Amino acid sequence: MRSAWMFLTPMILVLAAVAGWPLLRTIYFGFTNTSLSDFENQQWVGFDNYFSVLTLPSGKEVYDGLFADPVWWAAVWNTIRFTVISVFCETVFGLVVALVLNASFKGRGLVRAAILIPWAIPTIVSAKMWAWMLNDQFGIINDILLRLHLISAKIAWTADPDTAMAAVLMVDIWKTTPFMALLILAGLQMVPNDIYEAARIDGVNPIKVFWKVTLPLIRPALMVAVIFRALDAFRIFDLIYVLTPNNVQTKSMSVYAKENLFDFDRFALGSAASTALFVILATFTILYMWLGRVDLSGGR
Amino acid sequence: MLKFVGNVLFYALLLVIIVVSIFPFYYAIITSFKSGTALFEVSYWPSAFSLDNYVSVLTQGSFARNLLNSLFISGTVVFLSLLLGITAAYALARVRFRGRSAILLTILSVSMFPQVAVLAGLFELVRRFDLINTPFALIFSYMIFTLPFTVWVLTTFVRDLPVEIEEAAIVDGATPWKIIIKVFMPLMWPALVTTGLLAFISAWNEFLFALTFTLTNSQRTVPVAIALLSGATQFEVPWGNIMAASVIVTVPLVVLVLIFQRKIISGLTAGGVKG
Repeated sequence: MRSAWMFLTPMILVLAAVAGWPLLRTIYFGFTNTSLSDFENQQWVGFDNYFSVLTLPSGKEVYDGLFADPVWWAAVWNTIRFTVISVFCETVFGLVVALVLNASFKGRGLVRAAILIPWAIPTIVSAKMWAWMLNDQFGIINDILLRLHLISAKIAWTADPDTAMAAVLMVDIWKTTPFMALLILAGLQMVPNDIYEAARIDGVNPIKVFWKVTLPLIRPALMVAVIFRALDAFRIFDLIYVLTPNNVQTKSMSVYAKENLFDFDRFALGSAASTALFVILATFTILYMWLGRVDLSGGR
Repeated sequence: MLKFVGNVLFYALLLVIIVVSIFPFYYAIITSFKSGTALFEVSYWPSAFSLDNYVSVLTQGSFARNLLNSLFISGTVVFLSLLLGITAAYALARVRFRGRSAILLTILSVSMFPQVAVLAGLFELVRRFDLINTPFALIFSYMIFTLPFTVWVLTTFVRDLPVEIEEAAIVDGATPWKIIIKVFMPLMWPALVTTGLLAFISAWNEFLFALTFTLTNSQRTVPVAIALLSGATQFEVPWGNIMAASVIVTVPLVVLVLIFQRKIISGLTAGGVKG
């Protein structure tokens, strides 16, 4: 009993120092006018970083703060769009890959090893590898598409506002589908074989078996996988920051916060943006767990 | 006939999965062996074998130093997380006490924290203790994602171990600390290897904290170094060097992942946390 707390205290202290306290300080900074150049002296400014109305000498009213910044709203929209599309595609592709890997064939271990490679590659490295493949002049993707006559001119994938988000999605889906596939595969392997056997003997169409038997049975595992992926996608930073720098079409909420904190010297606004991201994520998680009645222990 | 078509489709799908998974890495490898103008000719098969890019990335600039930084930081983070994780996991999996599920829930929610939400607060801490541009800033801040993950996965592993073993030890009068060292450690080492490896990979790959808390080239970790690798001018991207650096940092990871494939998969599905 007492030794339980003795064993837990160091871990709890470290988590409090590295997560709890910094989170509280971030929230606090969001309500002050802290700046990097004058870090020690700050004043409480209330909700000004979120929304404020300034009256110019001319009498004209100007709105300021996070909620009045169109760039932030664009970042919110980008993040939502990225999360929905990437998680949807990763779930569908992950399901396909998991179903393939669940079949028995020669060399299954090798294929499973092959799909782990995208997962093992560091995000920054995969961003650079894909940036090179997507290069407008010398990239192999444009070369393949030109040879197949799918495009008539080379595309500047990462720079063009119309394709930048598609490029980010492509890389993320490539990198993260293996993770989804493995989680779903673990769920699939828990489905007892007798069920398939019985369905086969009764002559049930395999597609019907999938919709009526497999999918309902792996639903808990699928829900856990989707929520973890969605939470992860929502805070995306590194891929976007490296693959499509300074692009308003792809800037995520994390990128917006980091840029304001350290690159644009608007530390207080950046803190407010970080807090907003945290609040949105927390609300989303609680709602999802409540609506989906996800049992998080189901993933164990 | 229908079965034959089905089989063909199945193996075609399999081939697509394999090619899509491996191709980008394969392409990075063949690019890294090209130099000069060959770099700017698209080729689908290995067409050159020159080690120029590897030589220049390892001798010019501070990439070799960056590799050492990453190794030191990730290694220390793994050691500390495992040390704190195994004792906490023992308490969480074996001892029934009030507030246990609250602690588990807290650990799980910390693992879902957006990193940027603690960035400002961590910056203040790191700055106050004068750790900016030192490896210790990163070792400290990386605990936010490695520790919850380690505790969570190790707890599920300890829970699956038979209780009888330690009951025997308790009857023999062993203290909890002795039980951990003498009874659990020998049984846990496969779990420790898996968790340690996954924690190592996530620390090795981390970008946001490393980008924010390091200022000079010699203090950077590998991902930041690769992201900021630049040529003589702003417009001249040294793709050859970037690909060589990418291959250098990825090959050890891929080898480790292939060796520990089974363990990693079981660790990932137990943790349900992206590594």
